[in-house]
Amino acid sequence: MRHSPVEILDAKTREKLCFLDKVEPHATIAEIKNLFTKTHPQWYPARQSLRLDPKGKSLKDEDVLQKLPVGTTATLYFRDLGAQISWVTVFLTEYAGPLFIYLLFYFRVPFIYGHKYDFTSSRHTVVHLACICHSFHYIKRLLETLFVHRFSHGTMPLRNIFKNCTYYWGFAAWMAYYINHPLYTPPSNLRSSAGETGARHLCGKEAGSVTSPSTWPCGTCGPLVRSKTRKIPYPTKNPFTWLFLLVSCPNYTYEVGSWIGFAIMTQCLPVALFSLVGFTQMTIWAKGKHRSYLKEFRDYPPLRMPIIPFLL
Amino acid sequence: WCSHEMDPSVVSGKGSGLGSLETAEVLFQTQWLVLAITMVRFYMEKGTHRGLYKSIQKTLKFFQTFALLEVRIVPTSVLVTGVQVSSRIFMVWLITHSIKPIQNEESVVLFLVAWTVTEITRYSFYTFSLLDHLPYFIKWARYNFFIILYPVGVAGELLTIYAALPYVKKTGMFSIRLPNKYNVSFDYYYFLLITMASYIPLFPQLYFHMLRQRRKVLHGEVIVEKDD
Repeated sequence: MRHSPVEILDAKTREKLCFLDKVEPHATIAEIKNLFTKTHPQWYPARQSLRLDPKGKSLKDEDVLQKLPVGTTATLYFRDLGAQISWVTVFLTEYAGPLFIYLLFYFRVPFIYGHKYDFTSSRHTVVHLACICHSFHYIKRLLETLFVHRFSHGTMPLRNIFKNCTYYWGFAAWMAYYINHPLYTPPSNLRSSAGETGARHLCGKEAGSVTSPSTWPCGTCGPLVRSKTRKIPYPTKNPFTWLFLLVSCPNYTYEVGSWIGFAIMTQCLPVALFSLVGFTQMTIWAKGKHRSYLKEFRDYPPLRMPIIPFLL
Repeated sequence: WCSHEMDPSVVSGKGSGLGSLETAEVLFQTQWLVLAITMVRFYMEKGTHRGLYKSIQKTLKFFQTFALLEVRIVPTSVLVTGVQVSSRIFMVWLITHSIKPIQNEESVVLFLVAWTVTEITRYSFYTFSLLDHLPYFIKWARYNFFIILYPVGVAGELLTIYAALPYVKKTGMFSIRLPNKYNVSFDYYYFLLITMASYIPLFPQLYFHMLRQRRKVLHGEVIVEKDD
């Protein structure tokens, strides 16, 4: 069998990092990455970006060497992506935090509020309801991460975990502080009955986004869940999937709805701000997803909007 | 507060006539010259800096708010310009305008002078670059003055905020206490403390960035940036 030699150069300095002379032509990029790690153990495969052009796109792990437009000796350019961490770890950490933190405030653990309030309980029903909703939401997310989402790209840069956790944990603490505060002002009677209906509706939505398998194809971020054959997601008998008639990413729609419901139920400005920030981010993701659907499928239903039916 | 960098290769004028960009630069330039002249005249007539702020405040506020346009017009990164403009607006509107007792502090003059000199230098640089007629002195000034002016400006701002703290605490201005129907609270005093603390990580980063730009532009050093 003819071997194809591969040389790996640094994308920035063009320095020759490695020469692999016994590479089989049908080897994949993943295998080449493994060989590269042997000579440079500090660069494990997940942090390697190999490309044909120093400023080009990264090659995929599944790409086969002989199918690439290279000469007799393949020249690949290497870029260090920095320390990597697995998606699953990031998701679990960023969701477990809010779950735990909220409960600290709910049970009024010492040193948060005045000492006379330690371990006391709120007299407002809505506060207990809010705790149930919030906890349920994050438990659902943790379960999804463990059992539902299939991640195509296994890792992300390490600094993302700090960024993401700051966001989720920070907002969770900020919200929880006010909702469980001894001086919390519950919504007025008229609003509170609307709020309680909203709460039940909200829990229904939570249940909805868990039970509908077809919302999974469009995950929280692009790299989640890639089924091998790409098809346009369509509604099924499950009522929760009917939103697919109107939007490309109903899971985001449900998510925004949940948080707005939570904001109305608790009448807490930090919750509203969190919903707003989340909505902005999810709209960006949804629009990106929508655009890639439109590019990929020429017969994509024209009525569908990215995230808000008819509007956005 | 930062004197933001600009890639000199981006600012090469097209030669003929004044386009809208050039006009804007000249306008910004004029603002700061006007401000500088007003300040100098005031000091020469009155012999003191007391009341200086009061006399220039309308002009300053107008110009600083007008500088919001800069974020879109000036050929620099939106983030960097945005940070500078918002920190200037913060100082002018949320500190010196709102907290009248500190307007006669020396520290106010300190940052006003620093801002004025920096901006005049910077806009001269942009304007002359666009007109394709950049005297070396202007380039030299733009990349050297900041070495002194930047710390001076930061010192002025920090001292001003520090001087404002007792008034903020006493009056409880811009603050919301619990309980209230939005279930939120905000304490302007602690917000100012956090703002002051934020200078610690931000100032060195911007300062060293300007130093790197200086080495690149004045000494032609090739610097490989961390993230390409």
